[in-house]
Amino acid sequence: MTKELWEGNRAIAEAALRAGVEAYFGYPITPQTELLEYLSGKMPGMGRAFVQAESELAAINMVYGAACAGVRTMSSSSSPGISLMQEGLSYIAGSEVPVVLVDIMRGGPGLGNIAPSQSDYFQLTKGGGHGDYKPIVLAPASVQEAVDLTYGAFDLAEKYRHIVIVAADGNIGQMMEPIELPPPRQVAKRDRGWELTGAQGRPRRVITSIYLVPEVLHKYNVHLQDIQREIEKNEVRYAEYLMDDVEYAVIAFGSAARAAQSAAKLARARGIRAGMFRPISLYPFPYDRVAEIAKRVRGILVVEMNAGQMIEDVRLAVQGRVPVEFFGMMGGMVPLPEDVLPEIEKLVRGK
Amino acid sequence: MINEHMQVVFDYPDSFTEVVSHYCPGCTHGVIHRLIAETIDELGIREKTIGVAPVGCSVFIYNYLDTDFAEAAHGRAPAMATGIKRSLPDRVVFTYQGDGDLAAIGTAEIVHAAARGENITVIFVNNAIYGMTSGQMAPTTLPGMVTTTSPNGRDVELQGFPLKMAELLSQMPGVSYSVRRSVHDPGNINRTKKAIKNAFQVQLNQAGFSIVEVLSSCPTNWNVTPAAALKFVKEQMIPYFPLGDYKVADSIKSFVG
Repeated sequence: MTKELWEGNRAIAEAALRAGVEAYFGYPITPQTELLEYLSGKMPGMGRAFVQAESELAAINMVYGAACAGVRTMSSSSSPGISLMQEGLSYIAGSEVPVVLVDIMRGGPGLGNIAPSQSDYFQLTKGGGHGDYKPIVLAPASVQEAVDLTYGAFDLAEKYRHIVIVAADGNIGQMMEPIELPPPRQVAKRDRGWELTGAQGRPRRVITSIYLVPEVLHKYNVHLQDIQREIEKNEVRYAEYLMDDVEYAVIAFGSAARAAQSAAKLARARGIRAGMFRPISLYPFPYDRVAEIAKRVRGILVVEMNAGQMIEDVRLAVQGRVPVEFFGMMGGMVPLPEDVLPEIEKLVRGK
Repeated sequence: MINEHMQVVFDYPDSFTEVVSHYCPGCTHGVIHRLIAETIDELGIREKTIGVAPVGCSVFIYNYLDTDFAEAAHGRAPAMATGIKRSLPDRVVFTYQGDGDLAAIGTAEIVHAAARGENITVIFVNNAIYGMTSGQMAPTTLPGMVTTTSPNGRDVELQGFPLKMAELLSQMPGVSYSVRRSVHDPGNINRTKKAIKNAFQVQLNQAGFSIVEVLSSCPTNWNVTPAAALKFVKEQMIPYFPLGDYKVADSIKSFVG
């Protein structure tokens, strides 16, 4: 199969088209805008819905409406825009409709800047909006992986009637890499028993997230939590590099994991048995696998492009068995292998 | 009982569910709900209509109308309706929104849905107050009107002026039909019914955005009797919010009454 050179944002957009996305709603924001631009050129001619919304707030509520109508739908944005979408995401989670969202993360807080960052880990994996829910969050470390995760995200969202977020940092959105695109799919029209299509020959349906009676809302939340437990059981994904005989593990996600992987290789050349562990599903987080790793290493280094967010989940999994150190860069600074290597060496020296 | 000499002139609409209303005595939401149900029946669109409910007193409108319904976040009904209509262009999609929902928290969504000329119908219920949260100042509260957050009366120097949405939206090219009506007496109820039917017909003719603003009473939060509330609509609200057709586009004149 021939590989083609694609920029991340456009490749993600093309992957979504091939996965059969029928309705897209978005708003321009750097470093995600090419995704919106690409779809604006393609979708109308394909008979699919594309609307440039007046805000991310409107965009996510348009997605909410389209999801209620039963079509494959998505939006994309970058960190400040995702903050604005949290209201809609809470309603979507509370209504159990399937939605795909792409976040091309940039530096914060506030306007921050437009450079690559991973500072949305908390707002994506811990719920983000009000109420108890956690979207499925998948973090690609390459353009190819961004394509593959986006292509599979719609099926996953529909399986659990939940939100799937492809969480890529600005590096993945902006860089070009050789990729292989999956084949276009046609999504068959179907009635799954919940979508709003007009009550033709059936009782009316209502999609809502309001349950005034505390006992009823409690019971509904228990149901939602049962689905979260299913997701946690079935959807954990991770990648490992040089982990078989590892003594010092570097844990990183997204493009930070590329530097971590190279640093582990450099450390090996210096006689340190280092390896790299990369969560692909940030929620559900691979707690069990990290706990196993903690039993057979002397120390763990977490590398992130933020002030230390995923490290809280790593520490929950490790439960104090071994030291967990942190190396982070913020503001759009991207760690290089040469930045990470001395941190591994510090971990080995025990300081 | 009915023979060839009799005809039914008034009946319970098929699209209106037979449940006990949760609205306060004297509230006119129920009248407006009924007018929508009659319209849906008369146009024969019950099986292809999808409503979008707001946040506010009418959050449970879907308990009363026998059509598919989605419940929107506060103010976002026009965005949600956009998503539904763009996904299913051959269905009839309408929002039902109060003044806080449409003219405060959701102003951006309504203005841009109108600007895009979304082929949806909006029923906008203006009772000049936040009902569900029990009587705070609304974007349509009249100057001088006492509410729980304007206890000395709305002071326009400090709290600004009420928004006239039917007039504002009528200025936009994407809007085909923008009118204001009231339901304070039978004649006006009939005129409101006709306007609601017109608005749905605009959508059925793919003619763009349609909105009917309906002046409504809130005796509970206005602290008056139901009869005094209807009098307040007539004597206080209508002078500030004049009834009328603010836009009836040339393109729809052949089929609106």
